[in-house]
Amino acid sequence: MEAVKADLTLDLTGLLCPIPVVKMAQAIKTVPVAGIIEATATDPGVMADIPAWCRTTGQTLVSMERQDKLITFVVQRVK
Amino acid sequence: MAVLAVPALETAGQPATGTKLSMVVFSGDMDKLIAAFIIATGAAAMGMEVTMFFTFWGLQAIRKPVRSGTGVFGKMLGLFLKDINGVGPSKLNMGGMGRWMFKKMMTAKGAASLPELRQTAIDLGVRLQACQMSLDIMEIKREDLIEGVEDVVGVAAFLENASQSTTTLFI
Repeated sequence: MEAVKADLTLDLTGLLCPIPVVKMAQAIKTVPVAGIIEATATDPGVMADIPAWCRTTGQTLVSMERQDKLITFVVQRVK
Repeated sequence: MAVLAVPALETAGQPATGTKLSMVVFSGDMDKLIAAFIIATGAAAMGMEVTMFFTFWGLQAIRKPVRSGTGVFGKMLGLFLKDINGVGPSKLNMGGMGRWMFKKMMTAKGAASLPELRQTAIDLGVRLQACQMSLDIMEIKREDLIEGVEDVVGVAAFLENASQSTTTLFI
């Protein structure tokens, strides 16, 4: 994947439900609209929860990939 | 490397503005309170407006570690009532060993503790309400409750809020 310049890099590794979505909700307010957050996580629940969070809050999930236990995802702020 | 193709639909999600969650927290069990606060903080993170109405045993979740009670029965009850650090799980508590075990296991796995979840809820603007009647019956004073409690209300206030909510839960 072509590396996107992230406005914010977020380390969510080792955190369990519901903290990854809570941190995303707090972090999204700190980047400008169209800003990019790149995050890493290890909780497998993130695979379902981050897409659901993006759909519900209207943000864009740019990409999400999993390599062994490490999940990396990129979210763009829409509003 | 497993790359997930993210469909364009993901971008067109409906905003959660205007959706509300109302929750009755009746239980004072550690496990049920963990569930209640995880749902509340998750909902707040999803942009929902969240109200938690604490009644009966649930009041322990918002009680300070004080000895409450005015009369004989109230004072006796006050000795049994816990605060958020003292509540035990609904099963396998075994006189507090279960509470200790679950706390250990949660810490080992990096899960947020119950007090941390409650603080997160407050930080995210979750409204904490206490049931007036339960406070009266159990002889718990307003000042026996933590600062984060916004209101002390009755059933009508809860129902007004619940009737305007998209999700209602009883825990």
